[in-house]
Amino acid sequence: MSGLLGKKIGMTRIFDKDGNMIPVTVIEAGPCYVTQVKTAEKDGYEAVQLGFDEKKEKNTNRPVLGHLKKAGVAPLRFMKEFPVAPGAEMKAGDAVKVDIFTEGEIVKVKGVSKGRGFAGVMKRHNFGGGQTSHGQSDRLRAPGSIGQSSWPSKVLKGTRMAGRLGGDTKSIAGIAVVKVDAENNLLFLKGSVPGSRNSLLEIYKR
Amino acid sequence: MDILNAVTANQLVSDIPDFKAGDTVSVDVRVIEGDKERIQRFTGVVIKRRGGGVNETFTVRKISNGVGVERVFPLHSPRIAGITVDRIGRVRRAKLYYLRSLQGKAARIREKRTR
Repeated sequence: MSGLLGKKIGMTRIFDKDGNMIPVTVIEAGPCYVTQVKTAEKDGYEAVQLGFDEKKEKNTNRPVLGHLKKAGVAPLRFMKEFPVAPGAEMKAGDAVKVDIFTEGEIVKVKGVSKGRGFAGVMKRHNFGGGQTSHGQSDRLRAPGSIGQSSWPSKVLKGTRMAGRLGGDTKSIAGIAVVKVDAENNLLFLKGSVPGSRNSLLEIYKR
Repeated sequence: MDILNAVTANQLVSDIPDFKAGDTVSVDVRVIEGDKERIQRFTGVVIKRRGGGVNETFTVRKISNGVGVERVFPLHSPRIAGITVDRIGRVRRAKLYYLRSLQGKAARIREKRTR
């Protein structure tokens, strides 16, 4: 299987056997269930739809319930398509667990970053802000010049300014797997991943 | 939070003596040089303890060759071979940042009397 869905639990630290401190993000990854298999003959491409996070039947609408009944799995909150590894046979109803990952493996994580609202240029684009001395006032977090004068007489498109920050889908590649706890369905990744606690993450094998 | 506490519970060190800011402690640190391991002692005043669970750290300050040296230790680090409390100090703050601007006699801490 090429990936898994998970829920971010939070960050903590782990000491390795040499006593080094490793910052880790704990992810509740899986168990995921195959809810649909897409084939080249029928859909034009090969993929597997995975579902994650069980919920109550009364909170599920009829079309989704019917779709999941066909696969023979309990009501699930999230469904995403993943590419299939060549030669891997998957059928609807199969469970996919964290044990597809191994310690030391490098993975890619996709999630929706924390929304920061309307943010200034220092936070949004890492601008330096203004001077604090030399007679400056109210210029501490200002963007500075946004262009030239009579030519081009306009602000160029794409000029970096203040605006909405965060809340975008972000992918971070090159994250190392520190530990896999198959018993509790937990995945420990080195460093940070996008998103807030309890947010949905897609974890891809490289 | 419960899951985070549960997964780090096995890393917590249980034989840590009671100490707080103002106490003088000796920390035995495992130093690995190449394939040899030895123990280095760092003695000074605890100026703060912060964090909780596996994230808890403490800062020890000492004056070395006339220069103030502060070292932050993770409380549950396996690199710490042992902590001994040499002296219990009587202080009225949890964070003794004021010691940084004092030196010599002024930077002394009164010992707590136990009846």
